[in-house]
Formats: sequence, structure tokens, C-alpha cells
Amino acid sequence: MRLVADGLGGTRGGTELFSGISFVLGPRDGMAVTGANGAGKSTLLRILAGLFRQSSGTVSIVEGDGKPVPDALHYLGPLNAMKDQLTAAENLAFWQGFLPSHETAKAMDVEEALDAVRLPHVSDIPFGYLSTGQKRRVAIARLLCVHRPVWLVDEPTSGLDKASEQLFAGLAIDHLAKGGVLVAATHLPLGIDELQTLVIGGQRQSREGLTP
Amino acid sequence: MSALMSREFRLALRAGTGALTGLLFFLAVIAVIPFGVGPDMKLLARIGPAILWIGALLASLLGLDRLFQIDREDGSLDLMVAGQDMVSLCVTVFAKALSHWLVTVLPLVIAAPLLGLIMNMEPLAIGAATLTLLVGTPAITFIGAVGAAVTVALPRGGLLVSVLILPLVIPVLIFGVSATLGAVEDTTPFLAPFQILCALTLFFAVLGTIAAAFSLKSID
Repeated sequence: MRLVADGLGGTRGGTELFSGISFVLGPRDGMAVTGANGAGKSTLLRILAGLFRQSSGTVSIVEGDGKPVPDALHYLGPLNAMKDQLTAAENLAFWQGFLPSHETAKAMDVEEALDAVRLPHVSDIPFGYLSTGQKRRVAIARLLCVHRPVWLVDEPTSGLDKASEQLFAGLAIDHLAKGGVLVAATHLPLGIDELQTLVIGGQRQSREGLTP
Repeated sequence: MSALMSREFRLALRAGTGALTGLLFFLAVIAVIPFGVGPDMKLLARIGPAILWIGALLASLLGLDRLFQIDREDGSLDLMVAGQDMVSLCVTVFAKALSHWLVTVLPLVIAAPLLGLIMNMEPLAIGAATLTLLVGTPAITFIGAVGAAVTVALPRGGLLVSVLILPLVIPVLIFGVSATLGAVEDTTPFLAPFQILCALTLFFAVLGTIAAAFSLKSID
């Protein structure tokens, strides 16, 4: 299974942000998308997720034989996609029921996922009462209770404390080790050594092998 | 679909989602009509079906703009659209519109017989009005889903949704009221307008769903 981007270009509000971005990410490949504010990191992620139309190029998730893979994508945007009125467990249970898993056997239970983000005690508390960091961790738990091989995460650690940043890095490394793909838009180092870096900036894109 | 509908029901029961705003508006409109029109019992009985329909129509327009907007504001809509093919997106839109109708409009239909008494309507007219509201109001919600999907990116789209869809819901109002009158009066038919009302609901359940899904897919 591979995430293939070929000559991607993105525009927002009539301005071209980037063009000609190509990469292939296979199992165990992770990529950090960095760049200045407004460079187009989030736009690239939303194009990869199919939420914005690209101005040029193609993006696809395919098997080795070229067949498209269904239900392969997780998108964790800047918003948490949870309802304030429902409890953390109810929110996660809804997404688990709503989003089809790629391989159901690999998805965690809601309780397991909350354990994995070290929030087992908040499962019965309405989401709106949680702190910013706790909300983010519940949103991260969604990536675990529905199994999908490609994670597209936009500033995943915003609002998290140091310990929780490491927690997310651990979960991401785990995901990569199990054959997953990770694309993270961030300007903070995530603490994951295996990540390649894609720098978006003005019209110049460069791609380096490893993060410094 | 069942996961989504049970979430919508749960949300409607929790505080702060405004599910009963429409019902309170409907009650308020019908309750003040007799004061405004005056104590002419015959007149009230004659205009009763039309007033019930107009009240229910306006009340069901309330809150339609929030149908997709609440999910857009917290990011849920992204996940409902991302990576979905058209068919499953249509199922999602249908489930959202149907649960919106069950949660906000069905209470209006249930309250209609009680409000019919305020309007001095006969039992037969009350029954006919309730029945036509039951089969006709889903069409309003499904038409409204299109308006809600088109204006989902506008922060204050409430009035715009109503203005956009009003021309499309006028036929529903016309056939709803004429079927109700047809049941009461001997000179006008009941079955023909009632069947058209059913057809409108079935037609917009399909077309409205597909149009709203396409509109959500093309947000940029």
C-alpha cells in the first residue's frame, strides 16, 4: 500500500501556494511537512485527504497492483471533530461506528484507546468539560479506535504538554512500525527520528532525507 | 447510518442544542393567532388548517441552517466527507436530514392536534391537518438540506437558507393546505393533492439528498 502524490499544486483564494510536489510513501514511511505560516502545509494535507481540490497533479492511495485502497485515510485536522455535549467515550464510540475500519481486527476498543492516550478516567465526562490538551488527546484516540493505515495529522501536538507530545510520538512510531504511513504538518519537531521532511515555502520546495 | 442517527438523537436530548426551539416557535405563533384575529370562531375554524401549515413551515425552517454547520464548526463534517464515495455521503446526508426531521419537526406534527383545538377546528380537520403535516413536512426538511449544504460555509446563513428554499417549499404548502381542506369540504378533492404531497416528499428525499451531498463534496 502506497500514498502517491504526483505533481501536486495547491491554490487558496486565487494565490498559488505550491506546485509540483511529488512523493511516494510506502509502509513505515513518515513525512513531516514544514514551512512558514501560510506556506500551505494545511492546504497540502487537506488536498491529500480529498477535502480541497488540487490545482494540478494527482494523489492516490494504491495497492502494489495499482488498485485504489478504500477506507485508508485518517485525517486529524486543527479541530477535534468531537461534540461538547457527548462524553469522550460516546464521541469515540460514534466515530468507531461511523468510520469503517480498514482492518477491523486492528482497531482498539474505546476503553483501550483512552488508556493508550492515558485518559481512562475521562471517558464519562462530557467532552466540553475537558482541557484543551485532554481534548486533543481524545481526538488522537480516534486514530486508534478506527484502524486506518494512512494518518494525515495537522499540528497534532498543538495544546499538548511535553509528556503528551512524547506520548503522541510513541503512538506514531508504533503506527509506523506496524506498517502505517504518517504525514504530519507541523512546525514543531515531533520527536520521531524516522521522519523525512518536506519543506514548503514560497515557490521553492526542497526535500531532505532526514530531520536534523 | 445507525451510529449517526443515534448520535443525533443523543445530541438532541442534551442541553444546548436548541432542538425544541422550533416547537416553542410553533406554539407561540398558533397561540397568538386567535388574539390577533379576534373571537370569530367560524373564521378561526376556516383558516385553521392554513395557519397550522404556515406555522409548521416557518417553525421547521428555524434551525435548518444548523443542520450541517454544527458539524462543520467542530470539524466533524471534514471526517464525514473525507475519503467517502458519493453513495456513502448520500447515506450520511439522508441520515442527518431524517434525524433532523425526527428530532425537530416530528414534535410539531405531534403538537398540531392540540394547537388545532386552539384554532377551533373540527376533529376531522385536525386529523387531516396532522396527517398532511406528517407526510408533507419531510419534503421541507429535505429541500432545506440543500440550502443548509449550500450555505454551510457562511457563518450567518440562517436567513439566507430560508430565502433560498422558500420558493421550493411553496408547492408543499399549497398541496398540504388543499389536501387538508379537501378532507373537510365536499366540493374539493382530498386524494389528488394528498398524493402529490406524498410524491413531493419522496421526490425531494432523493433529489435533496443527492444535491446536498454534491454541494458538501464541493466545499473548497
